[in-house]
Amino acid sequence: MCLAIPGKIVAIEYAEDPVFSKARVSFDGIMREISIAAVPSAQVGQYVLVHVGMAISIIDEEEALITLGYFKRLNK
Amino acid sequence: MKHLEEYRNADIAARYLDDIHKVVTRPWSIMEICGGQTHSLVRNGIIELLPQSINMVHGPGCPVCVTPVAIIDKAIHLSRMSRVVLCSFGDMLRVPGTRESLLSAKAAGADVRLVYSPLDVVQLAKKSPGSKFVFLAAGFETTAPANALALIQAEKLGLDNFYVLSAQVLVPPAMELLLSDADTQVDGFLAAGHVCAITGYMAYLPLARQHQVPIVITGFEVLDLLLGILHCVRQLEHGEAEVANQYARVVKPNGNSQAREWMARVFEVSDREWRGIGTIPQSGLEPSIKYRRFDANFAFAMANVPAETSHSCIAGQILKGMKKPGDCASFRKECTPLHPLGAPMVSSEGACAAYFNYAKISS
Ligand code: SF4
Repeated sequence: MCLAIPGKIVAIEYAEDPVFSKARVSFDGIMREISIAAVPSAQVGQYVLVHVGMAISIIDEEEALITLGYFKRLNK
Repeated sequence: MKHLEEYRNADIAARYLDDIHKVVTRPWSIMEICGGQTHSLVRNGIIELLPQSINMVHGPGCPVCVTPVAIIDKAIHLSRMSRVVLCSFGDMLRVPGTRESLLSAKAAGADVRLVYSPLDVVQLAKKSPGSKFVFLAAGFETTAPANALALIQAEKLGLDNFYVLSAQVLVPPAMELLLSDADTQVDGFLAAGHVCAITGYMAYLPLARQHQVPIVITGFEVLDLLLGILHCVRQLEHGEAEVANQYARVVKPNGNSQAREWMARVFEVSDREWRGIGTIPQSGLEPSIKYRRFDANFAFAMANVPAETSHSCIAGQILKGMKKPGDCASFRKECTPLHPLGAPMVSSEGACAAYFNYAKISS
């Protein structure tokens, strides 16, 4: 139920009232319109984690790489 | 996501497993709270690859599974009213109520619709002012912000035909209950990554300290889970009890403050019954007084039907990690995903369904 999937922001449509701001997000090429009201600083090109039609977190690329680098370092 | 494949890399997973095998010297019970993680652990066969001395205990982290029969019965009652459209997520429609599920009510003519997002229900309500739309809102802290946003949008749009029937629950009170329950033997926790994306993890610091358990915030991919287990076992072996964040690419220490602000604005914390477990104090969310006109419990006359759960279902013990699905006499017999007796067999994140679909050895 807490399933959330990462997608890439392709375009943002800012609304006058930010609770209605939306983005077009690509999930491996499949486009969906989702709310970005909870991640107001999100930018085109960033990856966001989307749950029930709303982005809940901007994915930190650097952290994603650090975690993977850490795997490799640990296991050398 | 660019790096998603790497989080499923079999070579790295094998090395990780090796690390876990090297670190473990004693038996440990580790509970993953989140049903999504249970599903991933079972589907990817991780449980069978772990050292035998690590017992993965499956927690209550499936909001669909813990939704009480009484709320399903209420939703069915509402769905039969004229001009009412009852909307919810797919899994919720299949949860057995006392006599039937929302899906069977739909087959019998009730207007029940499956939706992907509560925000879609707001749009439906806007387009059809002649109908009343009730959203059966299940979910943990991960989902509550979207439910809150739907109410805020409905208010701003001036809708008077959008309502919420809340089945929302909070994770930390359930963890507290499990930790205080003498029947539940859990040495360490994997905390639910997407719940923490909203809440952050400061709330877990006192839990870890007070109960002396390590709590590792973990993601859902194979490597996330293995790394979470490794961090947890390392702490256990060293006698540590810290909160660690394995899922830093998604979870910030303070979570998502905008989302929490909406939750605080729209909902208030209440006592809540968890199916199979009982009432957990201060573990639910209901619309606050200011948003009460959107609360289906107040907007509609509700018949008080006494609710009943199947007697043979041991969902409560499964949800508390005391039993595994294979321990239930009905598992794979009278109870299957097509004919579920209890909610853990309905939701794909319920432990019973996960074992039914994927596990080879569990029965
Ligand atoms: S197998 Fe079915 S009856 Fe048994 S505990 Fe799971 S849901 Fe309940």
